[in-house]
Amino acid sequence: MVDLWGGLSQAFWLIVTLDGDMLDIALRSLRVTLTALVLACAIALPLAAFLAVRRFKYRRTVIAGLNALMGLPPVVVGLIVYILLSRSGPLGVLGLLFTPTAMIVAQMIIIVPLVASIAHQSLRDLWQEYHDLLISMNVTQTQKIQTLLWDSRRALLTASLAGFGRGIGEVGAIMIVGGNIDNVTRVLTTAIALETGKGDFALALALGFVLIALTLAVNLIIHALSRTEREGRW
Amino acid sequence: MQMFPLTVTNAISRRHGKTLVGPVSCTLMGTGTTIVLGPNGSGKTTLLRLFHGSARLHSGTVTWACDAQIARQQTGFVFQRPVMLRRSVLDNLIYPLRLRGITKKDARFRGETIARRVGLSDLLGHPAPVLSGGEQQKLALARALITDPKILFLDEPCAALDGKSTRDIETILQDAVASGTRLIMATHDLGQARRLADDVLFLLNGQVAEHTPAQRFFDCPTSAPAQAFLNGDIVE
Repeated sequence: MVDLWGGLSQAFWLIVTLDGDMLDIALRSLRVTLTALVLACAIALPLAAFLAVRRFKYRRTVIAGLNALMGLPPVVVGLIVYILLSRSGPLGVLGLLFTPTAMIVAQMIIIVPLVASIAHQSLRDLWQEYHDLLISMNVTQTQKIQTLLWDSRRALLTASLAGFGRGIGEVGAIMIVGGNIDNVTRVLTTAIALETGKGDFALALALGFVLIALTLAVNLIIHALSRTEREGRW
Repeated sequence: MQMFPLTVTNAISRRHGKTLVGPVSCTLMGTGTTIVLGPNGSGKTTLLRLFHGSARLHSGTVTWACDAQIARQQTGFVFQRPVMLRRSVLDNLIYPLRLRGITKKDARFRGETIARRVGLSDLLGHPAPVLSGGEQQKLALARALITDPKILFLDEPCAALDGKSTRDIETILQDAVASGTRLIMATHDLGQARRLADDVLFLLNGQVAEHTPAQRFFDCPTSAPAQAFLNGDIVE
Protein backbone atom coordinates (compact mmCIF):
# COMPACT_ATOMS: atom_id res chain seq x y z
CA MET A 1 0.00 0.00 0.00
CA VAL A 2 2.90 2.32 0.79
CA ASP A 3 4.14 1.74 -2.76
CA LEU A 4 0.74 2.62 -4.21
CA TRP A 5 0.59 5.93 -2.33
CA GLY A 6 4.20 6.62 -3.17
CA GLY A 7 3.44 5.99 -6.84
CA LEU A 8 0.39 8.22 -6.78
CA SER A 9 2.19 11.12 -5.14
CA GLN A 10 5.21 10.73 -7.41
CA ALA A 11 2.91 10.66 -10.45
CA PHE A 12 1.27 13.82 -9.18
CA TRP A 13 4.63 15.59 -8.86
CA LEU A 14 5.86 14.30 -12.22
CA ILE A 15 2.81 15.78 -13.88
CA VAL A 16 2.63 19.00 -11.89
CA THR A 17 6.31 19.82 -12.37
CA LEU A 18 6.17 18.72 -16.01
CA ASP A 19 9.20 16.52 -15.52
CA GLY A 20 11.33 16.66 -18.70
CA ASP A 21 12.08 12.94 -19.02
CA MET A 22 8.52 11.95 -18.24
CA LEU A 23 7.15 14.41 -20.78
CA ASP A 24 9.58 13.18 -23.38
CA ILE A 25 8.59 9.56 -22.85
CA ALA A 26 4.87 10.29 -22.74
CA LEU A 27 4.97 12.33 -25.91
CA ARG A 28 6.92 9.58 -27.67
CA SER A 29 4.29 7.05 -26.58
CA LEU A 30 1.59 9.27 -27.96
CA ARG A 31 3.42 9.95 -31.21
CA VAL A 32 4.18 6.29 -31.92
CA THR A 33 0.69 5.02 -31.15
CA LEU A 34 -1.22 7.87 -32.82
CA THR A 35 0.86 7.54 -36.00
CA ALA A 36 0.35 3.79 -36.01
CA LEU A 37 -3.37 4.31 -35.39
CA VAL A 38 -3.86 6.82 -38.21
CA LEU A 39 -2.01 4.60 -40.69
CA ALA A 40 -3.85 1.50 -39.46
CA CYS A 41 -7.24 3.21 -39.81
CA ALA A 42 -6.37 4.34 -43.32
CA ILE A 43 -6.02 0.66 -44.19
CA ALA A 44 -8.58 -0.94 -41.88
CA LEU A 45 -11.64 1.29 -42.43
CA PRO A 46 -11.81 1.09 -46.25
CA LEU A 47 -11.02 -2.62 -45.97
CA ALA A 48 -13.91 -3.11 -43.54
CA ALA A 49 -16.31 -1.19 -45.80
CA PHE A 50 -15.15 -3.16 -48.81
CA LEU A 51 -15.77 -6.42 -46.97
CA ALA A 52 -19.25 -5.21 -46.03
CA VAL A 53 -20.44 -4.29 -49.52
CA ARG A 54 -18.55 -6.60 -51.84
CA ARG A 55 -19.39 -10.27 -52.28
CA PHE A 56 -16.50 -12.46 -53.39
CA LYS A 57 -15.52 -16.05 -53.03
CA TYR A 58 -13.29 -15.98 -49.95
CA ARG A 59 -15.05 -13.11 -48.18
CA ARG A 60 -16.11 -15.15 -45.16
CA THR A 61 -12.64 -16.62 -44.86
CA VAL A 62 -11.08 -13.15 -44.88
CA ILE A 63 -13.52 -11.94 -42.19
CA ALA A 64 -12.91 -14.99 -40.01
CA GLY A 65 -9.18 -14.47 -40.49
CA LEU A 66 -9.39 -10.83 -39.41
CA ASN A 67 -11.41 -11.80 -36.35
CA ALA A 68 -8.83 -14.39 -35.40
CA LEU A 69 -5.99 -11.91 -35.89
CA MET A 70 -7.57 -9.60 -33.28
CA GLY A 71 -5.94 -11.84 -30.72
CA LEU A 72 -2.53 -11.70 -32.39
CA PRO A 73 0.13 -11.91 -29.63
CA PRO A 74 2.17 -8.67 -29.74
CA VAL A 75 5.35 -10.48 -28.74
CA VAL A 76 5.13 -12.69 -31.80
CA VAL A 77 4.42 -9.69 -34.05
CA GLY A 78 7.45 -7.98 -32.53
CA LEU A 79 9.57 -11.03 -33.15
CA ILE A 80 8.54 -11.31 -36.80
CA VAL A 81 9.04 -7.59 -37.46
CA TYR A 82 12.43 -7.88 -35.70
CA ILE A 83 13.50 -10.72 -37.99
CA LEU A 84 12.31 -8.84 -41.08
CA LEU A 85 14.09 -5.63 -40.09
CA SER A 86 17.28 -7.10 -38.59
CA ARG A 87 20.57 -6.59 -40.45
CA SER A 88 20.41 -10.03 -42.05
CA GLY A 89 16.68 -9.90 -42.71
CA PRO A 90 15.00 -9.06 -46.02
CA LEU A 91 14.35 -5.44 -45.01
CA GLY A 92 17.63 -5.01 -43.13
CA VAL A 93 19.01 -2.48 -45.63
CA LEU A 94 16.40 0.03 -44.50
CA GLY A 95 18.15 0.24 -41.11
CA LEU A 96 14.85 0.63 -39.27
CA LEU A 97 15.43 -1.71 -36.34
CA PHE A 98 15.49 0.07 -32.94
CA THR A 99 13.81 3.21 -34.36
CA PRO A 100 10.36 4.64 -33.64
CA THR A 101 9.42 3.74 -37.24
CA ALA A 102 9.90 0.05 -36.47
CA MET A 103 7.65 0.48 -33.42
CA ILE A 104 5.00 2.14 -35.57
CA VAL A 105 5.11 -0.71 -38.08
CA ALA A 106 4.74 -3.35 -35.36
CA GLN A 107 1.81 -1.51 -33.74
CA MET A 108 0.10 -1.07 -37.11
CA ILE A 109 0.17 -4.81 -37.65
CA ILE A 110 -1.40 -5.32 -34.24
CA ILE A 111 -4.06 -2.61 -34.64
CA VAL A 112 -5.29 -3.20 -38.23
CA PRO A 113 -7.17 -6.49 -37.61
CA LEU A 114 -8.78 -5.14 -34.44
CA VAL A 115 -10.04 -1.91 -36.03
CA ALA A 116 -11.09 -3.67 -39.24
CA SER A 117 -13.08 -6.34 -37.37
CA ILE A 118 -14.94 -3.94 -35.10
CA ALA A 119 -15.57 -1.50 -37.95
CA HIS A 120 -16.80 -4.31 -40.19
CA GLN A 121 -19.45 -5.32 -37.67
CA SER A 122 -21.11 -1.92 -37.64
CA LEU A 123 -20.61 -1.23 -41.35
CA ARG A 124 -22.26 -4.54 -42.16
CA ASP A 125 -25.31 -3.67 -40.06
CA LEU A 126 -25.57 -0.25 -41.66
CA TRP A 127 -25.23 -1.76 -45.12
CA GLN A 128 -28.16 -4.05 -44.39
CA GLU A 129 -30.20 -1.01 -43.46
CA TYR A 130 -29.14 1.03 -46.50
CA HIS A 131 -28.94 -1.75 -49.09
CA ASP A 132 -32.26 -1.33 -50.89
CA LEU A 133 -32.07 2.46 -50.93
CA LEU A 134 -28.55 2.69 -52.28
CA ILE A 135 -29.20 0.00 -54.90
CA SER A 136 -32.32 1.87 -56.03
CA MET A 137 -30.22 5.03 -56.41
CA ASN A 138 -27.65 3.32 -58.65
CA VAL A 139 -24.71 4.34 -56.49
CA THR A 140 -21.22 3.29 -57.53
CA GLN A 141 -19.07 1.06 -55.34
CA THR A 142 -16.97 4.04 -54.23
CA GLN A 143 -20.05 6.11 -53.34
CA LYS A 144 -21.43 3.18 -51.33
CA ILE A 145 -18.23 2.93 -49.32
CA GLN A 146 -18.06 6.69 -48.77
CA THR A 147 -21.68 6.82 -47.60
CA LEU A 148 -21.24 3.90 -45.20
CA LEU A 149 -18.00 5.24 -43.74
CA TRP A 150 -19.45 8.72 -43.23
CA ASP A 151 -22.76 7.61 -41.75
CA SER A 152 -21.19 5.21 -39.28
CA ARG A 153 -18.40 7.57 -38.28
CA ARG A 154 -19.25 7.37 -34.58
CA ALA A 155 -19.02 3.59 -34.54
CA LEU A 156 -15.77 3.81 -36.46
CA LEU A 157 -14.48 6.21 -33.83
CA THR A 158 -15.17 3.60 -31.18
CA ALA A 159 -13.31 1.06 -33.29
CA SER A 160 -10.31 3.33 -33.60
CA LEU A 161 -10.35 4.12 -29.87
CA ALA A 162 -10.19 0.38 -29.23
CA GLY A 163 -7.19 0.32 -31.56
CA PHE A 164 -5.63 3.20 -29.66
CA GLY A 165 -6.13 1.37 -26.38
CA ARG A 166 -4.47 -1.73 -27.69
CA GLY A 167 -1.56 0.26 -29.10
CA ILE A 168 -0.83 2.60 -26.19
CA GLY A 169 -0.84 -0.18 -23.61
CA GLU A 170 1.21 -2.59 -25.66
CA VAL A 171 4.70 -3.50 -24.51
CA GLY A 172 5.75 -6.84 -26.04
CA ALA A 173 6.23 -5.82 -29.65
CA ILE A 174 7.74 -2.36 -29.16
CA MET A 175 10.15 -3.66 -26.56
CA ILE A 176 11.54 -6.13 -29.10
CA VAL A 177 11.67 -3.91 -32.19
CA GLY A 178 12.37 -0.63 -30.36
CA GLY A 179 14.84 -1.91 -27.80
CA ASN A 180 13.80 0.55 -25.05
CA ILE A 181 16.71 2.89 -25.82
CA ASP A 182 16.76 5.98 -23.60
CA ASN A 183 15.81 9.15 -25.48
CA VAL A 184 15.19 7.22 -28.71
CA THR A 185 12.69 4.42 -28.38
CA ARG A 186 11.75 4.44 -24.68
CA VAL A 187 8.01 4.83 -24.23
CA LEU A 188 5.77 4.68 -21.14
CA THR A 189 5.12 0.94 -21.23
CA THR A 190 8.74 -0.08 -21.80
CA ALA A 191 9.88 2.40 -19.13
CA ILE A 192 7.43 0.84 -16.67
CA ALA A 193 8.79 -2.62 -17.45
CA LEU A 194 12.34 -1.36 -16.94
CA GLU A 195 11.67 0.44 -13.64
CA THR A 196 9.78 -2.57 -12.32
CA GLY A 197 12.74 -4.77 -13.22
CA LYS A 198 15.06 -2.37 -11.41
CA GLY A 199 12.82 -2.47 -8.35
CA ASP A 200 11.83 1.21 -8.45
CA PHE A 201 8.15 0.49 -7.95
CA ALA A 202 7.21 4.04 -7.08
CA LEU A 203 8.54 5.44 -10.36
CA ALA A 204 7.05 2.51 -12.30
CA LEU A 205 3.68 3.17 -10.71
CA ALA A 206 3.97 6.88 -11.35
CA LEU A 207 4.60 6.23 -15.02
CA GLY A 208 1.65 3.81 -14.97
CA PHE A 209 -0.67 6.48 -13.63
CA VAL A 210 0.62 8.91 -16.24
CA LEU A 211 -0.21 6.29 -18.91
CA ILE A 212 -3.74 5.85 -17.59
CA ALA A 213 -4.23 9.63 -17.42
CA LEU A 214 -2.98 9.96 -21.00
CA THR A 215 -5.37 7.29 -22.29
CA LEU A 216 -8.29 8.86 -20.47
CA ALA A 217 -7.40 12.32 -21.76
CA VAL A 218 -7.19 11.16 -25.39
CA ASN A 219 -10.53 9.35 -25.15
CA LEU A 220 -12.27 12.31 -23.52
CA ILE A 221 -10.87 14.77 -26.04
CA ILE A 222 -12.00 12.65 -28.99
CA HIS A 223 -15.45 12.14 -27.51
CA ALA A 224 -15.79 15.87 -26.90
CA LEU A 225 -14.66 16.73 -30.42
CA SER A 226 -17.01 14.23 -32.04
CA ARG A 227 -19.99 15.17 -29.87
CA THR A 228 -20.82 11.55 -29.12
CA GLU A 229 -24.20 10.92 -27.47
CA ARG A 230 -25.39 14.40 -28.31
CA GLU A 231 -27.05 14.35 -31.71
CA GLY A 232 -29.78 11.85 -32.51
CA ARG A 233 -29.25 8.17 -32.11
CA TRP A 234 -26.08 7.76 -34.11
CA MET B 1 -35.99 11.15 -74.67
CA GLN B 2 -38.56 8.43 -75.24
CA MET B 3 -38.47 5.75 -72.50
CA PHE B 4 -41.86 4.16 -72.98
CA PRO B 5 -43.33 1.75 -73.79
CA LEU B 6 -41.83 -0.56 -71.20
CA THR B 7 -42.24 -4.03 -72.62
CA VAL B 8 -42.09 -7.11 -70.43
CA THR B 9 -42.09 -10.51 -72.08
CA ASN B 10 -42.29 -13.79 -70.18
CA ALA B 11 -40.26 -12.33 -67.32
CA ILE B 12 -39.61 -14.72 -64.44
CA SER B 13 -37.93 -13.89 -61.14
CA ARG B 14 -36.80 -16.72 -58.90
CA ARG B 15 -35.11 -16.81 -55.53
CA HIS B 16 -33.74 -19.89 -53.79
CA GLY B 17 -35.37 -22.08 -56.45
CA LYS B 18 -38.83 -20.62 -55.82
CA THR B 19 -40.63 -18.64 -58.50
CA LEU B 20 -41.66 -15.28 -57.06
CA VAL B 21 -43.10 -13.72 -60.18
CA GLY B 22 -43.83 -14.92 -63.65
CA PRO B 23 -44.04 -15.63 -66.36
CA VAL B 24 -45.31 -12.06 -66.77
CA SER B 25 -45.94 -10.24 -70.01
CA CYS B 26 -47.26 -6.70 -70.17
CA THR B 27 -46.72 -3.33 -71.78
CA LEU B 28 -46.73 -0.04 -69.88
CA MET B 29 -47.36 3.19 -71.75
CA GLY B 30 -45.92 6.60 -70.99
CA THR B 31 -48.45 8.54 -68.93
CA GLY B 32 -50.52 8.41 -65.78
CA THR B 33 -50.49 6.10 -62.82
CA THR B 34 -50.35 2.33 -62.91
CA ILE B 35 -51.51 0.61 -59.75
CA VAL B 36 -50.17 -2.87 -59.10
CA LEU B 37 -52.92 -4.43 -57.01
CA GLY B 38 -52.93 -7.75 -55.25
CA PRO B 39 -52.88 -9.52 -51.87
CA ASN B 40 -49.75 -9.96 -49.74
CA GLY B 41 -47.25 -12.33 -51.26
CA SER B 42 -48.66 -11.99 -54.75
CA GLY B 43 -45.31 -10.62 -55.99
CA LYS B 44 -46.03 -6.88 -56.18
CA THR B 45 -42.67 -5.85 -54.76
CA THR B 46 -40.74 -8.24 -56.98
CA LEU B 47 -42.64 -7.06 -60.05
CA LEU B 48 -41.79 -3.43 -59.27
CA ARG B 49 -38.15 -4.40 -58.83
CA LEU B 50 -38.21 -6.26 -62.14
CA PHE B 51 -39.54 -3.14 -63.85
CA HIS B 52 -36.96 -1.02 -62.04
CA GLY B 53 -34.14 -3.42 -62.89
CA SER B 54 -32.97 -4.17 -59.35
CA ALA B 55 -34.40 -7.72 -59.19
CA ARG B 56 -32.56 -10.45 -61.00
CA LEU B 57 -34.31 -11.65 -64.11
CA HIS B 58 -34.30 -15.43 -64.34
CA SER B 59 -35.62 -15.53 -67.88
CA GLY B 60 -37.60 -13.35 -70.26
CA THR B 61 -36.97 -9.70 -71.03
CA VAL B 62 -37.73 -6.25 -69.61
CA THR B 63 -37.01 -3.61 -72.24
CA TRP B 64 -37.35 0.14 -72.30
CA ALA B 65 -37.64 2.14 -75.49
CA CYS B 66 -34.18 3.49 -74.63
CA ASP B 67 -31.02 2.06 -73.14
CA ALA B 68 -31.73 0.33 -69.80
CA GLN B 69 -28.84 2.06 -68.02
CA ILE B 70 -30.10 5.50 -69.08
CA ALA B 71 -33.64 4.53 -68.10
CA ARG B 72 -32.51 3.53 -64.58
CA GLN B 73 -31.00 6.97 -64.08
CA GLN B 74 -34.47 8.41 -64.62
CA THR B 75 -36.19 6.40 -61.92
CA GLY B 76 -36.93 6.84 -58.25
CA PHE B 77 -38.00 4.21 -55.72
CA VAL B 78 -39.99 4.60 -52.51
CA PHE B 79 -40.21 1.65 -50.14
CA GLN B 80 -42.92 0.50 -47.79
CA ARG B 81 -40.59 1.12 -44.88
CA PRO B 82 -38.66 4.30 -45.58
CA VAL B 83 -34.89 4.00 -45.31
CA MET B 84 -33.46 7.00 -43.49
CA LEU B 85 -29.81 7.88 -43.86
CA ARG B 86 -28.27 8.72 -40.49
CA ARG B 87 -28.10 12.38 -41.41
CA SER B 88 -30.19 15.50 -41.07
CA VAL B 89 -33.42 15.84 -43.03
CA LEU B 90 -31.77 18.28 -45.43
CA ASP B 91 -28.78 16.02 -45.99
CA ASN B 92 -31.15 13.13 -46.71
CA LEU B 93 -33.03 15.25 -49.24
CA ILE B 94 -29.95 16.37 -51.12
CA TYR B 95 -28.16 13.02 -51.03
CA PRO B 96 -29.22 11.99 -54.57
CA LEU B 97 -28.18 15.39 -55.90
CA ARG B 98 -24.77 15.17 -54.23
CA LEU B 99 -24.31 11.72 -55.78
CA ARG B 100 -24.81 13.37 -59.17
CA GLY B 101 -22.08 15.88 -58.40
CA ILE B 102 -24.30 18.92 -57.83
CA THR B 103 -22.66 21.54 -55.61
CA LYS B 104 -23.70 21.78 -52.00
CA LYS B 105 -25.11 25.27 -52.50
CA ASP B 106 -27.36 24.38 -55.45
CA ALA B 107 -28.40 21.13 -53.80
CA ARG B 108 -29.29 22.98 -50.63
CA PHE B 109 -31.49 25.41 -52.53
CA ARG B 110 -33.36 22.59 -54.27
CA GLY B 111 -33.63 20.70 -50.99
CA GLU B 112 -35.23 23.68 -49.26
CA THR B 113 -37.62 24.16 -52.18
CA ILE B 114 -38.87 20.59 -52.16
CA ALA B 115 -39.07 20.57 -48.35
CA ARG B 116 -41.51 23.47 -48.59
CA ARG B 117 -43.54 21.53 -51.13
CA VAL B 118 -43.95 18.49 -48.88
CA GLY B 119 -44.19 20.41 -45.60
CA LEU B 120 -40.87 19.48 -44.01
CA SER B 121 -39.40 23.00 -43.90
CA ASP B 122 -39.44 23.20 -40.12
CA LEU B 123 -37.57 19.93 -39.71
CA LEU B 124 -34.60 20.44 -42.06
CA GLY B 125 -32.02 20.40 -39.29
CA HIS B 126 -33.44 17.41 -37.41
CA PRO B 127 -31.84 13.98 -37.63
CA ALA B 128 -33.97 12.01 -40.09
CA PRO B 129 -34.19 8.75 -38.08
CA VAL B 130 -36.12 10.47 -35.26
CA LEU B 131 -38.96 11.71 -37.48
CA SER B 132 -42.40 10.14 -37.20
CA GLY B 133 -43.45 7.45 -39.68
CA GLY B 134 -45.48 9.84 -41.80
CA GLU B 135 -42.71 12.44 -41.89
CA GLN B 136 -40.16 9.79 -42.80
CA GLN B 137 -42.28 8.63 -45.73
CA LYS B 138 -42.75 12.23 -46.90
CA LEU B 139 -39.00 12.69 -46.70
CA ALA B 140 -38.41 9.47 -48.65
CA LEU B 141 -40.87 10.64 -51.30
CA ALA B 142 -39.31 14.09 -51.56
CA ARG B 143 -35.86 12.52 -51.76
CA ALA B 144 -37.02 10.32 -54.62
CA LEU B 145 -38.64 13.28 -56.41
CA ILE B 146 -35.78 15.76 -56.00
CA THR B 147 -33.98 14.48 -59.09
CA ASP B 148 -37.17 14.95 -61.18
CA PRO B 149 -37.39 11.29 -62.17
CA LYS B 150 -39.45 10.39 -65.23
CA ILE B 151 -40.77 7.33 -63.40
CA LEU B 152 -41.42 6.82 -59.72
CA PHE B 153 -41.87 3.33 -58.29
CA LEU B 154 -43.75 3.15 -55.01
CA ASP B 155 -44.02 -0.03 -52.98
CA GLU B 156 -47.04 0.34 -50.67
CA PRO B 157 -45.86 3.75 -49.47
CA CYS B 158 -48.89 4.28 -47.23
CA ALA B 159 -49.24 0.77 -45.78
CA ALA B 160 -48.16 1.86 -42.30
CA LEU B 161 -49.60 5.38 -42.30
CA ASP B 162 -52.76 6.91 -40.88
CA GLY B 163 -55.42 8.73 -42.88
CA LYS B 164 -53.95 12.22 -42.75
CA SER B 165 -50.43 11.14 -43.69
CA THR B 166 -51.86 9.03 -46.51
CA ARG B 167 -53.76 12.03 -47.80
CA ASP B 168 -50.64 14.22 -47.66
CA ILE B 169 -48.66 11.60 -49.57
CA GLU B 170 -51.39 11.22 -52.18
CA THR B 171 -51.50 15.00 -52.69
CA ILE B 172 -47.76 15.05 -53.31
CA LEU B 173 -48.16 12.14 -55.72
CA GLN B 174 -50.96 13.87 -57.63
CA ASP B 175 -48.77 16.99 -57.94
CA ALA B 176 -45.96 14.84 -59.28
CA VAL B 177 -48.28 13.27 -61.86
CA ALA B 178 -49.49 16.71 -62.88
CA SER B 179 -45.91 17.76 -63.53
CA GLY B 180 -45.36 14.75 -65.75
CA THR B 181 -43.95 12.00 -63.50
CA ARG B 182 -45.07 8.48 -64.36
CA LEU B 183 -46.13 6.54 -61.26
CA ILE B 184 -46.03 2.78 -60.84
CA MET B 185 -47.35 1.94 -57.42
CA ALA B 186 -48.01 -1.29 -55.57
CA THR B 187 -50.82 -1.36 -53.04
CA HIS B 188 -53.40 -3.65 -51.54
CA ASP B 189 -55.56 -0.71 -50.49
CA LEU B 190 -58.58 -0.65 -52.79
CA GLY B 191 -59.60 2.88 -51.82
CA GLN B 192 -56.20 4.22 -52.69
CA ALA B 193 -56.20 2.29 -55.96
CA ARG B 194 -59.54 3.86 -56.89
CA ARG B 195 -58.30 7.36 -56.04
CA LEU B 196 -55.06 7.22 -57.99
CA ALA B 197 -55.21 4.60 -60.73
CA ASP B 198 -55.29 5.22 -64.46
CA ASP B 199 -54.74 1.57 -65.16
CA VAL B 200 -54.62 -1.45 -62.89
CA LEU B 201 -52.35 -4.47 -63.01
CA PHE B 202 -53.97 -7.13 -60.85
CA LEU B 203 -51.44 -9.64 -59.61
CA LEU B 204 -52.16 -13.03 -58.08
CA ASN B 205 -49.63 -15.72 -57.19
CA GLY B 206 -46.97 -14.02 -59.27
CA GLN B 207 -49.11 -13.87 -62.40
CA VAL B 208 -50.86 -10.93 -64.02
CA ALA B 209 -54.51 -11.86 -63.65
CA GLU B 210 -55.73 -8.69 -65.30
CA HIS B 211 -54.32 -5.48 -66.79
CA THR B 212 -56.99 -2.97 -67.77
CA PRO B 213 -57.82 0.74 -67.53
CA ALA B 214 -58.92 1.64 -64.01
CA GLN B 215 -62.50 2.50 -64.90
CA ARG B 216 -63.09 -0.85 -66.54
CA PHE B 217 -61.28 -2.72 -63.79
CA PHE B 218 -63.43 -1.30 -61.02
CA ASP B 219 -66.71 -1.41 -62.99
CA CYS B 220 -66.56 -4.80 -64.62
CA PRO B 221 -63.47 -6.86 -63.90
CA THR B 222 -63.13 -9.80 -66.24
CA SER B 223 -61.18 -12.27 -64.11
CA ALA B 224 -62.87 -14.15 -61.30
CA PRO B 225 -60.16 -13.41 -58.68
CA ALA B 226 -60.36 -9.67 -59.43
CA GLN B 227 -64.14 -9.76 -59.01
CA ALA B 228 -63.72 -11.53 -55.71
CA PHE B 229 -61.01 -9.09 -54.58
CA LEU B 230 -63.22 -6.10 -55.41
CA ASN B 231 -66.11 -7.68 -53.55
CA GLY B 232 -63.95 -7.74 -50.46
CA ASP B 233 -63.44 -11.50 -50.44
CA ILE B 234 -60.11 -12.87 -49.32
CA VAL B 235 -58.22 -14.03 -52.38
CA GLU B 236 -55.20 -16.27 -52.19
